[in-house]
Amino acid sequence: MMRIQVSKRAGMSRLADTLIRIAAIVISLLLAGAVMAVMGYNPLEIFSKIVTSTTSSFTRFSETINKTILLTTLSLGIAVAFRMKFWNIGAEGQLYMGAFGAALAAFGFPDLPAPLLLTLMALFAFVFGGIWALIPALIKAKFSTSETLVTLMMNYIAFSFISYLQYGPWKDPASLGAAKIARFSDNAILPKVFGIHAGWIITLVLVVIITILMKHTKLGYQIDVLGESETTARYAGMNTIKIMFIAVLISGGLCGMAGFMQASAVEKSITDSMSGGLGFTAVITAWLAKLKPPVIVIVSFAFSMLLQSGKSLQVMGIPSSITEILQGVIIFFVLASEFFINYKISFHKTAKEAE
Amino acid sequence: MDILNEISLFLQTSVQMGTHILFAIVGGIICERVGNMNLGIEGMMLMGAAVGFSTACATENPLLAVLAAGAAGMIGALIYAVITVSFRGNQVVTGLVLTIFGTGVAGFIGKSVSGNIIPQSVSEAFAPYSIPVLSDIPIIGKALFDQSFYVQLAIIVAVLAYFYMKKTKWGLNMRSVGENPAAADASGINVTLYKYVHILAGGFLCGMGGAYLSVVFLTTWQDNVTAGAGWIAVALIIFSTWNPLKAILAAYLFGMLKGLNFKMQGWGIQIPSQFLEMLPYVATVVVLIFITLRKKKEHQPPKSLGNPYFREER
Repeated sequence: MMRIQVSKRAGMSRLADTLIRIAAIVISLLLAGAVMAVMGYNPLEIFSKIVTSTTSSFTRFSETINKTILLTTLSLGIAVAFRMKFWNIGAEGQLYMGAFGAALAAFGFPDLPAPLLLTLMALFAFVFGGIWALIPALIKAKFSTSETLVTLMMNYIAFSFISYLQYGPWKDPASLGAAKIARFSDNAILPKVFGIHAGWIITLVLVVIITILMKHTKLGYQIDVLGESETTARYAGMNTIKIMFIAVLISGGLCGMAGFMQASAVEKSITDSMSGGLGFTAVITAWLAKLKPPVIVIVSFAFSMLLQSGKSLQVMGIPSSITEILQGVIIFFVLASEFFINYKISFHKTAKEAE
Repeated sequence: MDILNEISLFLQTSVQMGTHILFAIVGGIICERVGNMNLGIEGMMLMGAAVGFSTACATENPLLAVLAAGAAGMIGALIYAVITVSFRGNQVVTGLVLTIFGTGVAGFIGKSVSGNIIPQSVSEAFAPYSIPVLSDIPIIGKALFDQSFYVQLAIIVAVLAYFYMKKTKWGLNMRSVGENPAAADASGINVTLYKYVHILAGGFLCGMGGAYLSVVFLTTWQDNVTAGAGWIAVALIIFSTWNPLKAILAAYLFGMLKGLNFKMQGWGIQIPSQFLEMLPYVATVVVLIFITLRKKKEHQPPKSLGNPYFREER
């Protein structure tokens, strides 16, 4: 008889860590390919289509980048909270409220010069998204209620609210039958830089800022300590509540910024379907990237390719749901592979046999 | 008399509109009671809806359709259990991915059956039937006794789940696994086994809930047929404070809210429907605050909810 013992691993070399993850992705792709082959599709064709259809022409590439911008910013926001082990899964709602804030500024001061108006919109978006995230944090601080559940609920409250605006008071009379919110004024629309909306610059700047914040500032250090252990943080004399509020404000604010960019540059208005569910996808991308800002960019790009390719696959007569299944299979494997990174498995002969 | 009749008809439809949610809430409660928060309910419901529908079309056998739907939900739950219990993966992420995966699987299967209608043998088996005398009880008679058997099954399942949890040894063990897995382990309970069995059972119910929508309620295939019902279930699990009996109330209140939405348009009452849609979530947050305030033990979330259990760490 063999006895299998599982124990926690103290630490693993970076190389081994990366290798295990890559192995997981490769295995999942092979498995997904095999499943596709069984279903009568050519897996190589599908995989190459996923890459080419999202990068081959500039329009397609820029659409992929648009998604990457959204996903990266949302994941950044989520990462800040997750590092503190504040499980903010309310990115979706914070995005919608951020977009709402941006829209308030855009409709309130449509004639401001563009640089001023855009700055104001970004500020409003940050504050609105941040406040929306602060509500669950306040509730947690006051009643010690699980933030996972409250942030999740806040998503739907925000979503219904935007939907109410769209079908009610903010419905554009000029759009005739369709329930649509009016288009932003031209000053409220992010300009294009090298053919892609300026959100990509904002996003890259945010990635740098958050990297510095997390690695080289006192606050970043405090967030990490609080994430490791609340008691340690308290013994060290940190004001844990204050740190939580600031970090959550940043987290929600970043998701709000994602809402601002999506509203201003892509929708040029706000709609009740503008997130496309990416607020949830971002939880996955943030986690896959191990909450590290630069890695988030890469993972978000890969995910955007997967998401964008659905349409082109459909044109080929391949159901777009394949991309959802593929996402699922890949992440299931990566999730499982974590185990081999965090735990050591050793085989022992039982005492009897050793004699 | 007329108004009584009106109310009883209203309750009858409300119950129908809450049935798929009831299956999902009870399934979710069973899963969360062993300490696992499964945000994949929506995915498991969709898988059940698609597999149940296609099985009904292919076999024309109502029982097979239900079992296949449950099995589909259970396969989703199995993936979730392997990752979160055996591999100790993150429950939130795994659940979210399960929802994406389930949506994909349902979309894929649905593609081949869209345009089909549930065969007569199946729809007859699930047609509403009225129990004499009982269905004539004013107000609640029609809601409970002039329904499809599938609808009544949801209530039976919820009641059974309640008795299982509160009155049997297994139920007690199951709750202790969710409260304090280390203590449960020390007292000789097989934590892993308990987690697996209950997560899988929960998945089975979620799959059945999804199939109610596609097979009984709509009888045609619609993409994304659950339309977020899985998320409402996640909210209502909390609303019912992890108690399957209260789940019945929560699910039917939700059904009434849906019904009210239609009715009010007819009555010319101007409450934007979005506020009614918001209500379950707002109510859930309020309930969540309320139960933490009152600190009554039986209303609290299972203590180990969301945390993986690792024996060597205790």
